Amino acid sequence: MKPDRSTFIAWLQAAPMMLVFGLFFILPLVFVTIVSAWDYNEYEMIPAFSLRGYTDTFDGCIAGLPDLCTILKTYLKTLKLCLLTWALTLVIGFTVAYFLAFHVRSKTWQIVLTLLCTIPFWTSNVIRMIAWIPLLGRNGLVNKGLEGAGLINQPLEWLLFSEFSVVLALVHLFTFFMVVPIFNSMIRIDKRLIEAAYDAGASGWQTLVDIIIPLAKPGIVIGSIFVVTIVMGDFVTIGVMGGQQIASAGKIIEARLNALQFPAAAANAVILLGITILIISSLTRIVDIRKEL
Amino acid sequence: MTDRSAKKSIDRRTLLKGAAGIAGIAAGSGAITGFPYVRSAEPKVLRYLGTAVNEGDDISKKCFEDTGIKIEYITATTDDVTKRVITQPNSFDVLDTEYFSLKKLVPSGNIFPLDARKIKEFDNITPVFTKGELPNGKKIGGQGTAPWKVLYLEGENSKKFSATPTEFITLIPTVYNADTLGIRPDLIKRPISSWTELLNPEFKGKASILNIPSIGIMDAAMVVEATGQHKYEDKGNMTKPEIDMTMKIMTEAKKAGQFRAFWKDFNESVNLMASGETVIQSMWSPAVTKVRSMGIACTFQPLKEGYRSWASGFCVSKAVSGAKLDWAYEFVNWYLSGWAGAYLNRQGYYSAVLSTAKANMSADEWGYWMEGKAAVGDIKAPDGTILEKAGAKRDGGSYDDRMGAVACWNAVMDENDYMVRKWNEFIAA
Repeated sequence: MKPDRSTFIAWLQAAPMMLVFGLFFILPLVFVTIVSAWDYNEYEMIPAFSLRGYTDTFDGCIAGLPDLCTILKTYLKTLKLCLLTWALTLVIGFTVAYFLAFHVRSKTWQIVLTLLCTIPFWTSNVIRMIAWIPLLGRNGLVNKGLEGAGLINQPLEWLLFSEFSVVLALVHLFTFFMVVPIFNSMIRIDKRLIEAAYDAGASGWQTLVDIIIPLAKPGIVIGSIFVVTIVMGDFVTIGVMGGQQIASAGKIIEARLNALQFPAAAANAVILLGITILIISSLTRIVDIRKEL
Repeated sequence: MTDRSAKKSIDRRTLLKGAAGIAGIAAGSGAITGFPYVRSAEPKVLRYLGTAVNEGDDISKKCFEDTGIKIEYITATTDDVTKRVITQPNSFDVLDTEYFSLKKLVPSGNIFPLDARKIKEFDNITPVFTKGELPNGKKIGGQGTAPWKVLYLEGENSKKFSATPTEFITLIPTVYNADTLGIRPDLIKRPISSWTELLNPEFKGKASILNIPSIGIMDAAMVVEATGQHKYEDKGNMTKPEIDMTMKIMTEAKKAGQFRAFWKDFNESVNLMASGETVIQSMWSPAVTKVRSMGIACTFQPLKEGYRSWASGFCVSKAVSGAKLDWAYEFVNWYLSGWAGAYLNRQGYYSAVLSTAKANMSADEWGYWMEGKAAVGDIKAPDGTILEKAGAKRDGGSYDDRMGAVACWNAVMDENDYMVRKWNEFIAA
């Protein structure tokens, strides 16, 4: 009788979250999946079974071999940007979190410095784009500075509207999502473990590799999930910083939506979702987050 | 009641008194006179869905002064306007959109055609819209979704365009223009006279086009035809092989690094040009004006192959009826009565009814904007800032010169679905 009762209460406690999750997450996802298998014309969705959204998307993938088709090229590009952003945000985010957790002693300063990391979110995308031009543009600050210093004769074109600028902007924006979970893991590390390591004669590097990184793993994985999911679905930053010349998985969905081809957009959304779930599940295989929390 | 509740806190007594008062008013409003608050008609409000380009605060302010109709703007991008009409037809009253989107909007049945007989100035609307010719009778280019092809419907609830005039008007014409390439003459330093220059390797990494497929493909077609690589039957209705060929040429240029960036938003185009990131790109007239008002040389360059034109107008949501429909007619009639037309002309656009706009402009303004004459005094923007000094002439000359040289119109093609896919490939290349 007793265990029954406690499971019932547990379910009851989880119910509000489940309800919200079911209504605003699961249900819309189910709709998207259903719509992805509908037909469509110029201006409306036709509720008849058709896999046109999918077949159109993979059009030319087999016929065009050995050249890659649009969808594969787009996903490879998106994955590349995602990987670069992930690696950079991880290194920078880990370093910042390490500094905050182990070098900043006062709680107040830890909070103040963490809040400082949110500054990139204070501006809108449009402002951000306009702000990058005077910095990285052909006649921007960086180019003028390098020319003035005699390092280059011609302005560097790859500074703006390139993969470089896209990754720069993504790292600038999303490092924060790495910092917070890693920092959270790090401050929960028992300080005595580090002292013990020191007493046992471990070098700083050994302490980092053998103690801190393994214990900060849940934070690293959670941060990675944040960054990977955001970058995989991002099309605004990639569009703006890439001069609309770099394709992304999200961009394809947007273009389809704008052409009122909702089923095709839904099909692409399902594909993107599938790929992102694959990445996340392989990440969680490396670390069992539930166990570590 | 509103006054009372605005004061400090409401206690139970005043609330009850207020409620009783309202009940009394409601009960007696039919018989008792002298309750102006209740008797006054509901405020005239119209929700106006459109792109930012035509939604000026000055226009809504003046409209309220003249007619008492309050315009609430709903601003969206070209694509989002269409999406909203299709998915949420109840979320707006008046729609301001381009003619090319009608091929999607009309079959959806979500818009309601207006009755030409209720539009006072309808007979004075420029023949550009009704017949595809200039006021002087010269025929203009009709490739693409030209407005006269989609202006009339066969009946009130018809989803078919009529080739001959009827009184059921899909969109009451308001504003249109002839678009071309914008250039930075100070950086190019030589005359530009053809669309081919957009793909000229001389401007490698300094060119740009719009990333709106329906418009971008037309600019691409102008370039391809100008280079002599292909002559289209109808640029605005390409066959699949034509789309493939056009996109192939553009893709090669993109891979060779011809384009600095693509733009989608008015402000993006202004920034690209003003910062010198691009020196030649497809552009809209007010964007050129904006770059120029920043003190940077920018020309809306007339080209020998002609212009790519666009036009927009008003219709209402199918959900609009009764008094609201009357206000919509009142608003459209006000819009064509001159003040708004003059306002649009002063931004470098063209108004649908030329005669009423002319009456609202000075002779010098009319001469500069419409007749291609040198300005006698300084030419000012609607907000009073000086756009051009005395002696300046408009790029491309007079109305007849510019509209007369239109080669094609923004379009939705029969192969639109295929074209959008190819456009995505182009972006991904």
